[in-house]
Amino acid sequence: MAAAPTTPDFDALAVGDVVAERDVHLTRDSLVRYAGASGDFNPIHYRDDVAAAVGLPGVLAHGMLTMGLAVQPVVDWAGDPGRVADYQVRFTRPVVVAPEAGADVSVTAKVGQLDAEARAARIDLTVTFEGATVLGKAQVRVVLA
Amino acid sequence: MNPELQGRVFAPTAPYLVGREKVREFARAVFATNPVNLDVDAARAAGYDDVVAPPTFAVVVQEHTLAQLLAEPDAGIDFSRVVHGDQRFTSSRPIVAGDELTATLTVSGVKTLGAHSMVTAESVITDAAGAHVVTAISTLVVRGDD
Repeated sequence: MAAAPTTPDFDALAVGDVVAERDVHLTRDSLVRYAGASGDFNPIHYRDDVAAAVGLPGVLAHGMLTMGLAVQPVVDWAGDPGRVADYQVRFTRPVVVAPEAGADVSVTAKVGQLDAEARAARIDLTVTFEGATVLGKAQVRVVLA
Repeated sequence: MNPELQGRVFAPTAPYLVGREKVREFARAVFATNPVNLDVDAARAAGYDDVVAPPTFAVVVQEHTLAQLLAEPDAGIDFSRVVHGDQRFTSSRPIVAGDELTATLTVSGVKTLGAHSMVTAESVITDAAGAHVVTAISTLVVRGDD
């Protein structure tokens, strides 16, 4: 069993600190797995013909899959998903998942703001695919009290 | 889209029982590796009754309320034109396996931007005791005629 997670020290944080980074390789299998787990069976997430018919550049990752995986490095840094009090994103660009090559998504989590009274940090996520960001205003409020 | 949807409150959804294997399945699907998401002993050591769901798991329960909205006869929302604009979860506590959750949807905003319309759907999710667990807020963009 893993060692008990430690809580980051709020007082040691500064705005701009990078607290976590992670690269995730998505494949079509990842999309099918997320479809089953979430119940979102929209065929644009697994059928090339349907994606093409509605004018998309290819099969897309579920926005909620991107949102879901992007917060995980923050959860691991915080040590406990229960410390995530608020999480919001705007879906700005699709992640196209090629049938063989898949898609590589990179997440960088930085301290955006510190609330000393609540001992809470706003962690801002930069989530990129093919060099461009895919989520806007991706913010996680983590309570470290 | 029907502007009279603004402010409409829907009937609470049937209780959703959060299963341990469902939490594990969802955790793996979003690349969660934290032991409290997967391992009962680790979750208990961290003070929870059972495995803890990832922060976006509430979407599984919220989905039932969005289905209510899309099925509303006078809503005028064409599902094939719906794009997810943004999403937010505001939690009082994390969802844990064993929770029995009920969601109540309020349409908190309807607006038109050129050919497109936007609807903001706010689903308040409570546990079996009626206590607030998480509020899930989605903005759906309904694309107009191209």
